[in-house]
Amino acid sequence: MASKAPIYLDHAATTPCDPRVVEAMLPYFTQKFGNPGSRNHRYGWESEEAVDTARAQVAALLGADEKEIIFTSGATESNNIAIKGGAYMYEKAPAGSASRGHIVTTILEHKAVLDPVKRLMKEGFDATFIEPGPDGIITADLVKAALRPDTILVSVMWANNEIGTINEIPAIGALCHEKDILFHTDATQWAGKMPVNVEKDNVDLLSMSGHKIYGPKGVGALFVRRRRPRVRLQALVDGGGQERGFRPGTLNVTGIVGLGKAAQIAKDEMDKDATRLLALRKHLEQTLVTRLDSCAINGHLEKRLPHITNVSFGFVEGESLMMAVSEIACSSGSACTSASLEPSYVLKGLGVGDELAHSSLRLSLGRWTTKEQVDHAAERIIASVTKLRTLSPLYDMHKEGIDLSKVEWAKH
Amino acid sequence: MAYGPKIIEHYEHPRNVGTFGTSAEVKARPDVGVGLVGAPECGDVMQLQIRVNPDSGVIEDAKFKCFGCGSAIASSSLATEWLKGKTIDEGLAIRNTQIVEELDLPPVKIHCSVLAEDAIRAAIADYQAKHAGVGTPASSSAKH
Repeated sequence: MASKAPIYLDHAATTPCDPRVVEAMLPYFTQKFGNPGSRNHRYGWESEEAVDTARAQVAALLGADEKEIIFTSGATESNNIAIKGGAYMYEKAPAGSASRGHIVTTILEHKAVLDPVKRLMKEGFDATFIEPGPDGIITADLVKAALRPDTILVSVMWANNEIGTINEIPAIGALCHEKDILFHTDATQWAGKMPVNVEKDNVDLLSMSGHKIYGPKGVGALFVRRRRPRVRLQALVDGGGQERGFRPGTLNVTGIVGLGKAAQIAKDEMDKDATRLLALRKHLEQTLVTRLDSCAINGHLEKRLPHITNVSFGFVEGESLMMAVSEIACSSGSACTSASLEPSYVLKGLGVGDELAHSSLRLSLGRWTTKEQVDHAAERIIASVTKLRTLSPLYDMHKEGIDLSKVEWAKH
Repeated sequence: MAYGPKIIEHYEHPRNVGTFGTSAEVKARPDVGVGLVGAPECGDVMQLQIRVNPDSGVIEDAKFKCFGCGSAIASSSLATEWLKGKTIDEGLAIRNTQIVEELDLPPVKIHCSVLAEDAIRAAIADYQAKHAGVGTPASSSAKH
């Protein structure tokens, strides 16, 4: 097989750095290398100035005040600070008590939200994990039904990383504000791709990441609201008091400069990128759905990010599909247990697993994805699925009208 | 999964893909035995069909279909190659360890070879059941 680089359709996993971002970062490695905490010389001042600029760029992307932006190592850390730091600060009873407070989140969250919440459960907090309907959308009504008098924190992702569905964030935020409950959103897949205004969207805490928006890895931000309400958090790490004490440690200046530049480009080019990617994604989905039977788009068909699609193909096994589409760099998923792939809890949550024997591909497009690449990928996928179906006894049975769920299988 | 060249070769060019007719047709054919093993929930389903010369007892042709990973496809493809030209007894002597060795299956994929051996036995059992005249063979839900 030729060593031609695979077509990259995994932008929901990470994005390449924009060359403009790299260019902005470079001087801060070698020439302007000062510690922004050094107050007595030019090296420190120019570094601090660069961090201030980046903070303003990120704040502008989110419609926030510069003072409300905390730089972190990425969305995982932002989520941890927001969820654990928030829960500890707003707890109803001190550590050691049995009912320290109730947290509402969803089964669709990333592990970087689920695991902090699970840790809090071990420490005396209680939690509810909302399950969406088959469309995958978390609505304000679903959140409302999960609230309790002792709810202290709600954490709902803005858009889902596997299927791209968009949750009702402004309405959920309004609900939380009405009830004086702290509201966090993991906006890793949303911020920088779609417009954010933390005021209008009623968000108290928002996590975002640099490497999902054509910035560098290892840097992210947390928005912490300062007014109406002034959000307080208990720091998880102790140290030199940087980032208002929420996240001490010498600042990752190069990373922060990169994140700032990426945020500025994202803001400037958001409309253009989103319009182009939406058209490309729809074209890709149309091609697959019209040319393949037993092929379905997972999640709500309209309320989705422009650049992510998740498609299920019936009667095809996941690992063999990944082998067949090795010319495409993408993510796989399945709601059913496969011998070789972990089932996706997100797809399971949507009830996709109720249909036996399928596998799914998450295809996520990016700033430099071309129509030619998308067309080529679609052709490869169609050819691969078709080939695997000629091999699939289950596809034959389906064609003969046999209900696979009624067959008495010998489980091994 | 980094596979060896033999698995990749069988995966890319599977031998003897197909059937000897629809499920109803093969059920009615006395010279065909069908083995269907595995389960969709487990991620592997193998269907192996053999066509046997009733006079000589030689497996003259074999066909497979497989829903499963690359190793499962390669294991069942190899099984059909090996079965062709063998007698029933020689077919029953095929062991999963031989498949593992021939394809250089990684340890986590040993179960694919087990499934292939099960499929061979199920297909032969189905053929034999047809000839013993023991009613309708349980071909579509072979137990193992």
